Amino acid sequence: MAKVEFLGPINRDPIEVDISQLSQLKELFKNDDEIQKWLANSAVAVNDSIVSSLDIKISPNDKISLLPPVCGG
Amino acid sequence: MLKIYNGSLPVESILNEWYGIYKNQNYGAFINFVGIVRDENGIDGLSFDIYEPILNSWFDSWQKKANEKGAYLLMAHSLGDVLNHESSYISAVLSPKRRVALELIDLFVEDFKASAPIWKYDIINSKRVYAEDRSTMLENSGILKG
Repeated sequence: MAKVEFLGPINRDPIEVDISQLSQLKELFKNDDEIQKWLANSAVAVNDSIVSSLDIKISPNDKISLLPPVCGG
Repeated sequence: MLKIYNGSLPVESILNEWYGIYKNQNYGAFINFVGIVRDENGIDGLSFDIYEPILNSWFDSWQKKANEKGAYLLMAHSLGDVLNHESSYISAVLSPKRRVALELIDLFVEDFKASAPIWKYDIINSKRVYAEDRSTMLENSGILKG
């Protein structure tokens, strides 16, 4: 199972998901209104690299991270 | 060099340490930027979350760019709470010539604000409130939007 972690203010515990393509996450979160709000403005990283497309294969040990808007300093 | 500190930064000791280490390495310019938490909008301070794996790779890519110009980057940032009038962020550039350092500190700090995976919260009545209105979406955000 791949792991999904919700960073910063999303403030949710990580979950494990049984998917083989990143695009399947969209379907998985379809009815989750709370997470939808964050998906609209969050970047997505697979194994700590931010991705620009959902056309990415996901393996069982992969880590997917959602990164909401940032403000350091 | 990138270092994360729990709580506010010991600014004087960090800058003294950096100066002590690097003054003998023949850099002609040492430019630094120190961020200080302002007392505004009724906050008691700021608080920070950091995602270190991506922060490290972001910093490493900037260090590589700096090294190609003969320069070297230094950065310190706070994790957790930093009260008003304390500091949460220091960045610095060392380079043989001032022009490279002055230009790099500007580019580096601006990209830091836009790209470093750090989340800021106002501390109001001992609670953390996400500073959403001052935050910036990372590149390629929203690809999972339904």
